[in-house]
Amino acid sequence: MELLLSSIDLIARWDVMAALLIGSIGGVIVGGLPGVGAAVAIAIVLPVTFSLEPIVGLTALLGIYGSSMFGGAIPAILVNTPGTPVNALTTYDGYPMTLRGEGRRALSLAYSASFYGAIFSIVALMFLAPVLASIAPMFGSREIFVAALLGITLVIITHRGQVLAAAMLASIGIFLQTIGIEPSAYTQRFTFGLGWLQSGINLIVVVLGLFAVSQALVLFMDKDKSIKLPNVGRPKILEQVRDFWIYKRVATVGSGFGVICGMIPGVGEFMSQFMSYAYAQRTSKTPELFGKGNPEGIVASEAANNSVPAAAMIPLLALGIPGEELTAMMLAVFYVHNVVPGPQLFANQMDFVLALYLCLLLLNIIVIIFLFFATGTLMKAMTIPNRFLGMMILTFSLIGVYSLRNSLTDVAIASGFGVFGFILKRLDYPTSPIILGIVLGKLMEDKLRTAMARVTTPWEFIDRPIAFILFAMIVIAVLFQGWTIIRARRDRPHKVSDV
Amino acid sequence: MTLAHLNCGAHLMADDVSEEPHVFPLGRKPGEMLFCTIMLVIGGLLIAAIGWETTWLEGKRLSAQPRFWPTLSLSGVVLFAGLNWLSRSKVERTPGRWTEAGIWLRSLEFIGWYLLYVWAIPIIGYLPATVIFCTGLTLRLGYRGRAVWAAIGFALFVVLFFKSAMNVKIPGGALYQLAPEGLRYILLRYF
Repeated sequence: MELLLSSIDLIARWDVMAALLIGSIGGVIVGGLPGVGAAVAIAIVLPVTFSLEPIVGLTALLGIYGSSMFGGAIPAILVNTPGTPVNALTTYDGYPMTLRGEGRRALSLAYSASFYGAIFSIVALMFLAPVLASIAPMFGSREIFVAALLGITLVIITHRGQVLAAAMLASIGIFLQTIGIEPSAYTQRFTFGLGWLQSGINLIVVVLGLFAVSQALVLFMDKDKSIKLPNVGRPKILEQVRDFWIYKRVATVGSGFGVICGMIPGVGEFMSQFMSYAYAQRTSKTPELFGKGNPEGIVASEAANNSVPAAAMIPLLALGIPGEELTAMMLAVFYVHNVVPGPQLFANQMDFVLALYLCLLLLNIIVIIFLFFATGTLMKAMTIPNRFLGMMILTFSLIGVYSLRNSLTDVAIASGFGVFGFILKRLDYPTSPIILGIVLGKLMEDKLRTAMARVTTPWEFIDRPIAFILFAMIVIAVLFQGWTIIRARRDRPHKVSDV
Repeated sequence: MTLAHLNCGAHLMADDVSEEPHVFPLGRKPGEMLFCTIMLVIGGLLIAAIGWETTWLEGKRLSAQPRFWPTLSLSGVVLFAGLNWLSRSKVERTPGRWTEAGIWLRSLEFIGWYLLYVWAIPIIGYLPATVIFCTGLTLRLGYRGRAVWAAIGFALFVVLFFKSAMNVKIPGGALYQLAPEGLRYILLRYF
């Protein structure tokens, strides 16, 4: 109780509330604009928060992170274009419902399921927090190294059909973090005698290039799409709750999948949605209607994806290990604001952790109220032409890159990564392994160096229970991937590539 | 897992719940082999430079060597780029490699606009540079009429919100020095 009061005290300030309000509403808006998304918005806003107090800056960015998926459901349902990539599954049942004239109902179900998923996840984590606080100190250098390795492994193997490309990109990320003066013996690595490379490649510059600049280029090279918005009217709260309650089983199971997948680094929204959707279809009385406008499909997808952000904060806060690109960016946010995630944070600043969960809880309430009144206005924002949106992103991204150090070199590096990210997006290659490679690569290098000083044989590295369990998970994940390949090869005898 | 995989998976799921997102690449995008080749070459060149771009410290264990992680990661780049190249060479290709490369190069035009914008800020100031950049790019993209006014409005919003209100660190323009003293301070501080 004392902890809860202390955490309430941390956030009961006008500037924190203002940051939460701006972040939450801003997150819904950027989520509702196809082609923008939370990653672009966080990348742009991150440097702007440098001058703010840690809790204020973190709250604003947490608001964007936690609310963007709410907004992403709107274009997914109304115009068959997901606002954020994780709303893709929502299009399969949402858009057919809109075509049937049930757009308002589909939106109401998506909002309710998203809210339910988010609250489910936050409540589950608040109950889990004391358990985590007791486990977190058991993580030493070895455990953190193996957990980071598990994160990298899972990020790679969850990119089905592109495992090799993801592995190559993760390796690039790990290499990028080695550039500059290394911190143990102070020798130079791959600086080519250039002064500006000695301090290494700034993560924020890479993030802005890979997400914001590249997305602007994608939009510039695309054609403007004409969007015809259906008239859906304002959702009705009571009708909405009654309708949603019919699907509470699907929402609860979906949220459960979201919590589990969110906690495992590298898995995240896509896998949780997939499992939730598959479960809903398998247990539905009308499985044949999935993909043709089945409300259960929307509930399964939205409940699962919105329960992930809070859960994904667990490995991030408890171990300092991000599971995907957004949490990798959130990690950068924490570091910038002098909050070092890891076992010490859980052990010594539990009130801070609880305050963040309370912020997540509040932001969901803000978002659901905002959506109730502002869906019509948000729909108008979707009509901004693609390439005009590209111009806006490029202008915003300059603030992020240039305000860091007023350096033209940073802008040039961000531009280089922008072109690289643009090529990756054209090829449908993932960008997240690069970011995770940079973040986890640095962590692995530091922890391996520390851990190896204390072990004499390889077995000692995993002879503690948590390290052993994590290592076993890596082995199982790799074996499962191998088994999947063999099974798919057997089932599809025609000539295909392996991974 | 990307959107493309999920799309495929969801379509499959709508018909058969037992299906999973595809394990194998279903086709090759134009330019994919070119990209893999470029990555392979760059990775190879960086590996070749490891001897003089990193240091080997005598008496230190392998995990503490400054050379260890660059070698490991670059080996990963070359190995996986090579394997990716091989795996992609086995699937059906979509023609248009050089057209795709042309699109990559065409994107550099916008990077040029971007760099010019940044270069101009310390000279003419953030407000004029942003207004010129937004309107110029809007015109370049083919918009006319209301969109141009919207671009000017957007530029003003960006400057007033980020520089004037949020006090984001962006340098004042050298041109502002020509303004009368009272106005000069306001221009340097807020615009």
